[in-house]
Amino acid sequence: MDTTSTKEFPGLRLGVIGGVCLVLLSLIGMVHAFNQREIVSEVISMGQTLLLFTAAFVAYMAAVRTRPKAPGRILAAAVTAGVVMTALLALLVLIGQTVNMRQVFINASPALFNALLFYQENFGAGAALLLLAGAAVGFFTGLLHLMPALVRRALITGLCSLAVAGMLQDLIAPVLSAWGPFAPIGEWIFSGNGLSVSGALTLFILIAGGTAAWTAKGDTVRHKVIRMEAGPKRRLKLAALMAAALVLIVLPHALGLFLSEVLTIVGLYILLGLGLNIVVGFAGLLDLGYVAFFAIGSYTVAILTSPEIGRFTMTFWQALPFAIIFGVIAGVMLGVPVLKMRGDYLAIATLGFGEIIRILVLSDALRPWLGGAQGIGKIAKAQIGEMEFATPQEVYYLLLAGCILVGFISWRLRDSRLGRAWMAMREDEDVAQAMGINLVATKLLAFATGAGFSALSGAIFASKIGSVYPHSFNVMISINILCVIIVGGMGSMPGVVVGALALVGLPELLREFAEYRLLVYGAALVAMMLLRPEGLWPEATHQRELHDSTEPAATPAAGAAAAPPG
Amino acid sequence: MVKNLRERMSPTDIVMWSIGGILAILIVWGTASTIIKGTYSARHWIDFVIFGLAQGSIYALIAMGYTMVYGVLRMINFAHSEVFMSGPYTAYFFAAYFHRSGLLDSHPVISLVLVFLVSMATSVMIAVLLERIAYRPLRGAPRLVPLITAIGASFFLQYVFRGLYGSGFQAYPVISALEGQFTLGPIRVLKFQALVIVAAGLLMVALYQFTQRTRLGKALRSVSEDKEASALMGIDVDRMISMTFMIGGAAAGAAGVLYAIMFKQVHFFMGFIPGIKAFTAAVLGGIGNIPGAMLGGIFLGLVESVGPSLFLDGLGIVAPYQLKDAIAFTMLVLVLIFRPSGILGERLAVKKA
Amino acid sequence: MKRRFALAVALALVVAFALMSTAQAAPPKDPLGVITIKKGQPIHIAYWMVVAGPDASLGEDTKRGVEIAIADKGGKLLGHPIKLTGQDEGCGPEGGQASTTKIASDPTVVAAVGSNCSSAARPGAPILWKAGISTVSPSNTAPYLTDPKRGPEYDGYLRTAHNDKVQGAVAAQFAIKKMGVKTAATIHDGSVYAEQLQAVFAEEFKKLGGTITSQEAVAPTDTDMRPVLTKIATGKPQFIYYPIFIAAAGHITRQVKEVAGLEKVYLMSADGSFSPDFYKAAGETAVGMFHSSPDFSAFAAGYKGFLDKHQKKYGEKPIAPFHAHGYDAAMIIFAAIEKVAVKDGDTIHIGRKALRDALYATKGLQGLTGNLTCDKFGDCADPRIAVYQQTAENIKKLENPQTPFWKPY
Repeated sequence: MDTTSTKEFPGLRLGVIGGVCLVLLSLIGMVHAFNQREIVSEVISMGQTLLLFTAAFVAYMAAVRTRPKAPGRILAAAVTAGVVMTALLALLVLIGQTVNMRQVFINASPALFNALLFYQENFGAGAALLLLAGAAVGFFTGLLHLMPALVRRALITGLCSLAVAGMLQDLIAPVLSAWGPFAPIGEWIFSGNGLSVSGALTLFILIAGGTAAWTAKGDTVRHKVIRMEAGPKRRLKLAALMAAALVLIVLPHALGLFLSEVLTIVGLYILLGLGLNIVVGFAGLLDLGYVAFFAIGSYTVAILTSPEIGRFTMTFWQALPFAIIFGVIAGVMLGVPVLKMRGDYLAIATLGFGEIIRILVLSDALRPWLGGAQGIGKIAKAQIGEMEFATPQEVYYLLLAGCILVGFISWRLRDSRLGRAWMAMREDEDVAQAMGINLVATKLLAFATGAGFSALSGAIFASKIGSVYPHSFNVMISINILCVIIVGGMGSMPGVVVGALALVGLPELLREFAEYRLLVYGAALVAMMLLRPEGLWPEATHQRELHDSTEPAATPAAGAAAAPPG
Repeated sequence: MVKNLRERMSPTDIVMWSIGGILAILIVWGTASTIIKGTYSARHWIDFVIFGLAQGSIYALIAMGYTMVYGVLRMINFAHSEVFMSGPYTAYFFAAYFHRSGLLDSHPVISLVLVFLVSMATSVMIAVLLERIAYRPLRGAPRLVPLITAIGASFFLQYVFRGLYGSGFQAYPVISALEGQFTLGPIRVLKFQALVIVAAGLLMVALYQFTQRTRLGKALRSVSEDKEASALMGIDVDRMISMTFMIGGAAAGAAGVLYAIMFKQVHFFMGFIPGIKAFTAAVLGGIGNIPGAMLGGIFLGLVESVGPSLFLDGLGIVAPYQLKDAIAFTMLVLVLIFRPSGILGERLAVKKA
Repeated sequence: MKRRFALAVALALVVAFALMSTAQAAPPKDPLGVITIKKGQPIHIAYWMVVAGPDASLGEDTKRGVEIAIADKGGKLLGHPIKLTGQDEGCGPEGGQASTTKIASDPTVVAAVGSNCSSAARPGAPILWKAGISTVSPSNTAPYLTDPKRGPEYDGYLRTAHNDKVQGAVAAQFAIKKMGVKTAATIHDGSVYAEQLQAVFAEEFKKLGGTITSQEAVAPTDTDMRPVLTKIATGKPQFIYYPIFIAAAGHITRQVKEVAGLEKVYLMSADGSFSPDFYKAAGETAVGMFHSSPDFSAFAAGYKGFLDKHQKKYGEKPIAPFHAHGYDAAMIIFAAIEKVAVKDGDTIHIGRKALRDALYATKGLQGLTGNLTCDKFGDCADPRIAVYQQTAENIKKLENPQTPFWKPY
């Protein structure tokens, strides 16, 4: 066989890659761990769903990449991929059942192999079932690819929604049961473990039908809105804005305790992200020690309000200005020594600064002032009159106010003279200086503003948690915030919100997948950057820049597609 | 205009130099009072230095990977710490097998070489896959984008290895041939420390000679100077980049086994801290510069080992070793204040960093 | 405009549901509410432990303890299956808050096991108790959590791990009374646990007439301990107390003999490293060193059975020291549920306050870590802490020593 024919028929190659993925998923224990949870009660478990979706994805890729596009070839490629994948899985079981792999691979347990063989005692029967399942998956994904786009999209959306609903059952079910009239619906859709069969079918039909309807009719609706006259269009925009505001206000009560908690965490990261966005996104100064200011804000509030340290007993509101001022001062103090450093030298120096702050608050030497390893507790809650911001639903409003304030400030700053100076500096320091921009002042202002926002976030964090410990301020926080703003789209303010929702909100929702949470997070980070290097909601100018170099006049959607596939 | 510039820059220069000066005075003062206090004998200091050298050699070897990748791609390969972890963790199972079968005691050299090879092969494999999957598609993207995929890949690899080998600890077997110590007057070196220092030194010299003398090494350097011109000269840039990752991976795999010989424990999270330290070392020496990475690594190891006792003990600060990373990073900032592009990094930084 | 009307209706609906959701009330049988579990429905237990990140082995280990306890019950309680779900508490206050909020928002949760880290328990336990959920921690040791002054928000909190105050003092008494040493040095790793233990040790040691030569600290991720040990050696202590976790304790144990001047020093650690994984980490250098730990020599048979089940289920030995406490935490909860559950045909009702009171009333329950009796502040651990000495034999077998070397009682 020569290379051109394998290029046209990728079933085998993709099958091997997919098979390795399936084997890996099994060996790292995800399949077994997720088998405890049902997606559709008594029908399919989460572990099986994981394997199924991975296999289906790979088989679909095989179908897509087949050339020439004859239906027979496409089906054959998809089925080949499916069979090859499951064959590798069967091989894993065979090896696992003959030699004890557990000395090395801790999750290669008999229970896993048993589950992979569909709980058949006999290896032959189980393996045959497995291969059959692989062929079936390949066949159906091949068919799916051959169907008209409308049906395909409806089916895929429906199936994915089912998987998501089943995965997040522990989140959705309590929310539904708390919403009086929806409680019976919730009970009908969800059994104790997973979706009920009837609920799953209904959900699937509803979502698939809805998607099909939207696909068929959506474009006309969209065009109507676009072609609307200026007056009604503005009114529609205003209505949408008011609706959004109203939703933001009632949101925590509608969502219940936990989702509000997630929102507050996202809010903290939005504050942090908006601050870092000024430093990295606007001014182009790579700061990996941003957590330092967050820590300074938290510890200032803690020391000034907690009776445990007992030197001051201020209220939260009295301490807040100090927190922000100290943050700003620290920002300038960090800014001065690193003025001359560029790029990655700056990154590592700031990283060092972050670590120094964490080590100092942890240290025994400063324990009488900063609490050391035992942290500081009993931090004052924010209070307005009789209202105390204690529960997540209440803290939410505090953060909402903070985010609106900070968002407004950075929006105004971006379009100001200073903002343009930052961006000029980001593009080219030397040119900016030649144009008469005072680099020192511009840099220091960027550090100071970013630090102030971060300290504000830290102050709210301390009050929200009620106790601070040095371990909360490690380098991973800095890295996480950086990820938020890059994944959101560097320099873009809505991007910060989207990035925080995606990178902070989602992992919080997935908290119950505990040990596999960060694994999925890491993989998602890579995938997102490969698919959308410009970020989820890029800044307009930035996006133009990125795509100008690759392809002239690319629209966002075309741009994403034009990015080289992984 | 030059005059104008000088007028504008001078206040910040003064502030910077005075921060540097205050830190330097504190260090000198701490050092003086520690020495006057006389808690430590000369023998203690020699011990500190040797401990620091051994630790520093490992940092230096890992820093090689960072610095080489930085040289060709101008990116921080954040996942390099996982490249470092994957090798010795995988090779552990071979080392344990050799130990059980007695090969480690009867043929220590052969079995150690095998363990090294397994570790280096694994690290190379991970490094190459990493480059192929997570970095190559992003060649033209903005600088920070590959940094984020690197961070993502780092998480992913950590938890894949945790899933494969478990979240507990494993410990490398004690190699009886490496037990005991050499004594030379007041100098006392543990045998495995000597091995670590010598092996790391040899590897680094070999690597340096490779990049300076061989054809391949010259191609590598030319790619790091200018990718487009190299491509025009007939150098396969993609292959050279893969090659860089292979060499960096091999160095990390070797460093991993040396680390495991010295500290015994392997764990899925073991790469994180040495990774950050090695990266710091690379920057300290001037990132992109191979001798700089060696120097930076050794310097960092020495500061961590000697610093807390030397600088802080005399000032009466309790638990000084808790602050060793703070000292290391302060030294880093101090060095960068006076030399903003690292100890040896001048040439490169002006042009590209 | 039809569209605007539709929008208004949608908004009105949203507001209406939001109001309704706040107007819900619990049935008035129990002051904190009653959980009703219908036929075939599971009894839902939640854990909040550190199962990701560098401390993951601690959480994984205690979680396995709970899982084995469930398996020992046959996966069922009062005819209902036991459902275990869990959250990662991340070994910090923010993780503690988020994970407990998640648990608290699920009305089906009967009781919780966790947290691992005291810093997570501090904001977490009150959130659970606000939702009427009692929690039993397998590994929190900070005195604050069961302090008489802790406040009513911790009323639903109990633990099977030992209060640092007990264990740190036992170690100091052992050093002075049994080993007859006069000078000691301590090392902690910046964790709430170790810092507290060494502080209690130092205080008690000085009270008994000893001298502390230095109190050092390292980071849990440090590997090269020789410099800090060299510094300790300049004070010439006879005894080093380092109540830290496996990784760093392993490094110290291995490297202490390589440092000039410390060849003959006594070494002692606490239950945070009293586990098979530590013998892997430290190897033969651990021979002769001491550990304080609960005295479960009286229950050796039960523990051995536990280890066998562990090996069979997970293919390895326990990876951290608190699995037995995890098992006991789950067992206390099961016993309390069995005591207070009201049967109504196939349905059972569990009052939240009643469950809490039953947990606090636990008396003489035979667990793996001793006879568990809860005091009125939620300390349930058997107060008998003993000191063990590591022998070449038990380290080779990767097992904890069977019989105590010294008992203070």
